[in-house]
Amino acid sequence: MTIQIISVIGAVIAVSFGAIFPAYSEGRSIAAAMEAIARQPEAAGTLSRTLFVGLAMIETMAIYCLVIALLLLYANPFVH
Amino acid sequence: METSPLVPDILFSLGPVAISRAVVTTWVLMAVITGLAVVAMRAAGVRAGRMQAVAEILVDTIASQIKEIIGREPWPFIPLLGTLFIFIASANLAAVFPGGTPPTGHIETPAALAIIVFFSVHFYGIRARGLGRYLRRYAEPSVFLIPLNILSELTRTFSLMIRLFGNMMSHEFVIAIVLFLAGLFLPIPFLLLGILIGLVQAYIFTVLAAVYIGAAVGSIET
Repeated sequence: MTIQIISVIGAVIAVSFGAIFPAYSEGRSIAAAMEAIARQPEAAGTLSRTLFVGLAMIETMAIYCLVIALLLLYANPFVH
Repeated sequence: METSPLVPDILFSLGPVAISRAVVTTWVLMAVITGLAVVAMRAAGVRAGRMQAVAEILVDTIASQIKEIIGREPWPFIPLLGTLFIFIASANLAAVFPGGTPPTGHIETPAALAIIVFFSVHFYGIRARGLGRYLRRYAEPSVFLIPLNILSELTRTFSLMIRLFGNMMSHEFVIAIVLFLAGLFLPIPFLLLGILIGLVQAYIFTVLAAVYIGAAVGSIET
């Protein structure tokens, strides 16, 4: 296998596994937030703001994987 | 699709300085926003006109949100945070206009914004607490945590940049792929989704900047 093919496979693995677990944890955090809002509707503002910030933090992990994939595809240090 | 998102597309060069498309879009946005602000506030008065009322509603909403996050009087931070929100929102929505590409989809613009946030956090923190008490914050739970605290300052600035860049760029990519696969009309729902993503990202960037500044000035804990 050439280094290009290995880079493409590496990018695919990075993006796929980097999508599974952030998606799972974002779903869990949204479920927890909805439960909390259903219990205490008057706290919805604070909860949803915290939820947004937390989702952004979780999503950063997925985006790190995306950046790794892009580096492999476009700025690979092993391909000249 | 062959063009890398990490390389800026150069439009022309002024002497030795190459001017990329993102910079030109930023200039246009700056001119439009400044022009709108000047026109809205030209005849400012107690009995607000139509545009002045819109501007006041916008600023008041941003101010009340920031007051809830920081937990103190928001007006010292409005010039920075309000401008950040308005600029990032309009930059993310630049793709709505034909021919416009969001400058936040290239890595230079988010990097510049994240560096601005990085320095203004220290600026507001030192101004609110004084240099000695601000620096003592880094040794707060224990002296041994100083390297980790400094590291977290750097990584959170980096992730602020990467978050905005990655979201906008990946969305551009998705639209390009769908256009490549399915032709003319199918990308339209994705463009609508892009409006939502752009506004949410602008909101998140501003909220995170407000949280960092709030932690630095010391009314909430990180």
